[in-house]
Amino acid sequence: MTNVFDAFSGASTSLYGELPNPAEDAGFDGERPKRVGFFTDTSVCIGCKACEVACKEWNLVPDDGSDASDLYRLTGMSYDNTGDLGASTWRHVAFIEDVRPHSGASAATGDRASTATGVEVTTGHLPSALPAVSGGPVPGAPRDAATAPPDGGTVDLLALLPDDGASGATGNGAQGAHGQQTPDDERDVRWLMSSDVCKHCTHAGCLDNCPTGALFRTEFGTVVVQDDICNGCGYCVPSCPYGVIDVRESDGGAHKCTLCYDRLGSGLEPACAKACPTNSIQFGDLDELQATADARLAELHGRGVEEARLYGRDPDDGVGGDGAFFLLLDEPEVYGLPPDPIVTTRDLPEMWRNAALTALGLGVAAVASFWRARK
Amino acid sequence: MHSDCIVIEGSNMAEAHPVGFQWVMEAKRRGATVIHVDPRFTRTTAVADEHVPFRGGADIAFLGGLISYVLENELDFRDYVTAFTNAADIVDDDFTDSGDVDGLFSGYDPDTGHYDPASWALDGAYRAPAAGKRDAWESQMPDGPRPGADPMGHHEPRRDETLTHPRCVFQVLRRHYARYTPEAVARVCGMSVEQFLQVARSVTENSGRDRTTAWVYSVGWTHHTVGVQYIRAAAILQTLLGNMGRPGGGILALRGHASIQGSTDIPTLFDLLPGYLPMPSAHHETLADYIDADAAKTGFWGDMDAYTVSLLKAWWGDAATPENDFAFDWMPRITGDHGSYVTVKNQIDRKSFGYFLVGENPAVGHANGKMQRLGLANLEWLVVRDMQMIESASFWQNGPEIETGELRTEEIGTEVFFLPCANHTEKSGSFTQTQRLVQWRHEAVHPPGDSRSELHFYFHLGKRIREKLAGSTDERDRPLLELTWDYPTSGIHEEPDVVSVLAEINGADADGRPLSTYTELRADGSTTAGCWIYTGIFADGVNQADRRKPGSEQDLVAHEWGWAWPANRRVLYNRASADAEGRPWSERKKLVWWDEEQGRWVGHDVPDFEATKPPDYKPDPGATGPDALAGTDAFNMQSDGKAWLYAPSGLADGPLPTHYEPVESPVANLLHDQQDNPAREEMNRAWNRLNPSQSEVFPYVFLTYRLTEHHTAGGMSRTLGYLSELQPEFFCEVSPALARERGLEHMGWATLISARTAIEARVMVTERMKPLRIGDRTVHQIGLPYHWGSNGLSVGDPANDLLGVVMDPNVHIQESKVATCDIQPGRRPRGPALLEYVADYRRRAGVEPGGIQ
Amino acid sequence: MGVRTWLGEWPMFRQATGPDPLGRGAAVQSPRTKALEPRTDAADEVVKSVCPFCAVGCGQDIYVRDGRITQIEGDPDSPISRGRLCPKGSASTSLVTSPSRVTTVRYRRPYGTEWEDLDLDTAVDMIADRVIDARRRGWEDTDSQGRVLRRTLGLSSLGGATLDNEENYLIKKLFMALGAIQVENQARI
Repeated sequence: MTNVFDAFSGASTSLYGELPNPAEDAGFDGERPKRVGFFTDTSVCIGCKACEVACKEWNLVPDDGSDASDLYRLTGMSYDNTGDLGASTWRHVAFIEDVRPHSGASAATGDRASTATGVEVTTGHLPSALPAVSGGPVPGAPRDAATAPPDGGTVDLLALLPDDGASGATGNGAQGAHGQQTPDDERDVRWLMSSDVCKHCTHAGCLDNCPTGALFRTEFGTVVVQDDICNGCGYCVPSCPYGVIDVRESDGGAHKCTLCYDRLGSGLEPACAKACPTNSIQFGDLDELQATADARLAELHGRGVEEARLYGRDPDDGVGGDGAFFLLLDEPEVYGLPPDPIVTTRDLPEMWRNAALTALGLGVAAVASFWRARK
Repeated sequence: MHSDCIVIEGSNMAEAHPVGFQWVMEAKRRGATVIHVDPRFTRTTAVADEHVPFRGGADIAFLGGLISYVLENELDFRDYVTAFTNAADIVDDDFTDSGDVDGLFSGYDPDTGHYDPASWALDGAYRAPAAGKRDAWESQMPDGPRPGADPMGHHEPRRDETLTHPRCVFQVLRRHYARYTPEAVARVCGMSVEQFLQVARSVTENSGRDRTTAWVYSVGWTHHTVGVQYIRAAAILQTLLGNMGRPGGGILALRGHASIQGSTDIPTLFDLLPGYLPMPSAHHETLADYIDADAAKTGFWGDMDAYTVSLLKAWWGDAATPENDFAFDWMPRITGDHGSYVTVKNQIDRKSFGYFLVGENPAVGHANGKMQRLGLANLEWLVVRDMQMIESASFWQNGPEIETGELRTEEIGTEVFFLPCANHTEKSGSFTQTQRLVQWRHEAVHPPGDSRSELHFYFHLGKRIREKLAGSTDERDRPLLELTWDYPTSGIHEEPDVVSVLAEINGADADGRPLSTYTELRADGSTTAGCWIYTGIFADGVNQADRRKPGSEQDLVAHEWGWAWPANRRVLYNRASADAEGRPWSERKKLVWWDEEQGRWVGHDVPDFEATKPPDYKPDPGATGPDALAGTDAFNMQSDGKAWLYAPSGLADGPLPTHYEPVESPVANLLHDQQDNPAREEMNRAWNRLNPSQSEVFPYVFLTYRLTEHHTAGGMSRTLGYLSELQPEFFCEVSPALARERGLEHMGWATLISARTAIEARVMVTERMKPLRIGDRTVHQIGLPYHWGSNGLSVGDPANDLLGVVMDPNVHIQESKVATCDIQPGRRPRGPALLEYVADYRRRAGVEPGGIQ
Repeated sequence: MGVRTWLGEWPMFRQATGPDPLGRGAAVQSPRTKALEPRTDAADEVVKSVCPFCAVGCGQDIYVRDGRITQIEGDPDSPISRGRLCPKGSASTSLVTSPSRVTTVRYRRPYGTEWEDLDLDTAVDMIADRVIDARRRGWEDTDSQGRVLRRTLGLSSLGGATLDNEENYLIKKLFMALGAIQVENQARI
């Protein structure tokens, strides 16, 4: 059993590293249910957005039009018009239009190998999560200089546009592997779709930084905001390495996916997973989902879909693995996902020790000065 | 799900039918190849194995190419073709093929724009069609029987079972499509030869004894001036490949509305009575005339008299007697096309005064919105029944013509009644989904305020009219006064009992007991049936459509969920899933087979065949009805029991599908001299000007379609925040190349112009739209989702305003999938300036002046 | 509430004394959170239905409480849809509870510039009169060749394809008895 002193001393894994049972760590013992989560297999996503609607219907989340002063407006990011996960978008489908030089064979996604051999070129529309994403070195096939953050820094998304920049409309065709112009009809298109959601991290920065106890770890191992406690301080917002949680203007509270906590208690699956037409969103016990995902990955690799990979599956990653993880068909950055998320509380124990020393020092100084003043 | 290959063509299944698409994904996971043949790269394409981009309107060239590939390489499923098709029939030597001369079949009259199908007949036999222009075959017997022929239609035509006779259907077909070579197809469609051959290989390798390929289409095929022939072309191909009536095969029509199948079965369509009985025409004086003209004497249509008399008995009860021809004379008669576009023309001409719009929004959802609104503005009265204030109800307040000054609110005389309706949760009743499955819904809550079901409205309207006419001695009023119209009611609003209506549809015997199947129907007046194909839905007095045994407790066919017409069969013509001797073609593809011991057809589905008719049954000469069909005649609604590769009758535009360009096309017909369908139906009025073919003023093709996030004309989606935010604005999709050519900016505005009007849309520049090379020119296609109008949360110009109306001659459906336009950057002119802007385009294109006059 | 109970509800007390020392789980659950249950559990009945959008025919479960619909979601028993719904089907609760829905009769008199109120019964009566009148004025006994037509072109109907089979049946039956042949449907569009 972790105690508060262990946690802050850094002796346990409560704040960083592998942690098999986050619910137990949060005080749920005895007849505790197994940890549950989502496995989102983007290789079968058809971008229908049923997940977004089912989520809002169930959780009574306001639509973006009524929450924002702006009326209903296109974003220009392919078929994505809700932009990003946020206080009023708990499921978000990203659409990525990806272009490569024609390879003489289809570059369709899914269960078919992409045989594109040339250097990949991205034009047209952007990964729909627009904020600049930090990226590490990109493994795999080399990318066009415009898309790959060469030094692991920020992607210049404007550089992804056709060559005359921001209009995105009047480029003179994509740059080919060696800078030649590639005519429109000699480029292959991929259209990647992916339903993003709160990752319900094993080490959840939002939760660990919540000063009010509004955010809590449930008996299912998920992370939930309690609306009746949240005071809208917003400390959780920068604490999320994925940029998921946000404060809603209209009610001042922080909101995000609850993994339908109320439904779980009655043995129902979350609304998004239930609605998903192609079973791209799968809900279940996390260990079973992980096994399913591993099998699916092997199946796709067996069919030659080399680019398939799991994201958030690894319990050794910077957040101790995700309760909601993904099968992607490209680098995470392409989907607007951080390639190497790290819980913001990783260094907290050390910070606390430093803070304690500082406080001690200050205290000594204060006492000393007081004592001097008494003199 | 049982398919080895699924070709989706003329359909965007993942977007328009996402939940149905789970089965495609399931098949794919099991190893099936999914091919999307479509002008656009859509969400369906994104998860398909192959995308074959091509030019909208070129489907017959593509399918004809596949037919030719099959025939030239002898890849047809020969045992299937000889057993179940009319490939061996000899065509009359009067017939000349469109391939032989300028793209016209014999029998065309350029003055009327119509075909006389007389010369299309088979040698020595006259075949009544099972659908379509059913009485057209009469003209094949102009002056009584020809030598050797039986006017009653069951004479056997001359056949050549070796399929080598130069005039046998098989050889006629081969010659007709000989010019549809891979190279020609590639040129017409704008695809590569290799892309074409890849599809050809996938399809043929996945057809035969042990494998099946399914074809999926939607309104991407029906919305053309040659729409019926598109589907015919697919039928020919799928029949040659042996994919009909078999698991994982077939041609699946994905329909777009909850009960659009039901509204064809129990039709609110001018040319049909329930159960696909044709509406009587003016030349049908008596019931016998009607039956003789429209029914084959062989096959299941041979019992059309029983279906018709049972319908007349259901409607007029005791007043329908053998003496008065079962009140057949009370049926109104049609004389040509009375479809909705012709009706609107009559409204504009003030020949039709009143209009009911019931859950339909033509001001946004139908082609040529101006024409629709002009019709509404010329009515005396209009009843709109809907849940939301749709554009068709508020046209007099905020229609586009008010903005341009063409119409003024104070000068529109239309009296409008907006009556709120109950929604699907507020009434019980049945929907028929796209695979003919009827499912019952239960009322969950009462409708609010003045909202009522249509059942309530029409029942009480009918009651009110009958009360007002009570005592009338006018012969015209008798059908109303004698109508069986006494459904029990309940509740304070006197809601009619919907189950009693279902029971009437099902039918009953002379003692009022519910019938179990349509074979129990009689022509002597002893039975009733409101819709013969639905007989059995209330078998044993039980609502079979309300059966809900969980799918997890049933096999995949799930016979105990709902009820499918006819007779709860799930795969039509499934006799063809067994060979001529009644054995399954293969273990992997077995569905229905002959069990010698039991002496009956058995299997996983309800056999679509007389249960105890053995495979070796041979009809007696002179037999009629189903008895006239042999044990191998699997296609038993056909008069000869065969799948028709060649259709000697029933079609207005030729016995074989031929590639014609859309009426508004940017290119010349590269396959035939005849540019477009010579038998198409046109309506040339000031408010319906067409762009000239191959016009430099209107150089681009536009395609209209739906998005997942919206529903048709938007009344059920643009009014909802959760859907509006997902696709908040009207946009057009263009390629980067077209954007360069016209200076369009991503997310900027564009104005689209046709001879009808100009509309504006936000621009989406996307690599998913590809320019195509057709012959020596580049063709740009523009995508236009059509959901928007002026009302609701998400508003925009209606894409359908850009369309003109020109129709298929068989079914009178408009060509709304392909037309031409110009596109320019920036917003459209406002007010009267818009009219001048469009007039200038018309002048430059050499189009007659247009407008509302 | 005794002091002990009160103290026991105090999160800080629970945090300090319970197994959740960091206050990230059980210790901070509010009473409201503990009492959470899905609103579908409180439904008086679950009514079986079918989605009203496209023609796939997905099964729907309608949850009703106090005569109001509280939730609509997919019916897992349906062999067609297996409990799944697309975005439109998933928006069914919004569809049937839409605040912009019109639930009273609206009437626009000829040349009028505004909507007016009208009693439903009066509206039906007025419509019946207009049907009878338009039917008579548009009546055709025979065509130019003297063939029997027995029909009227005075009125017409255009239905959406979300009408029930039983409703279509009554519409067609009534219009045939009226002799009104111009009955059409989205099915031809």
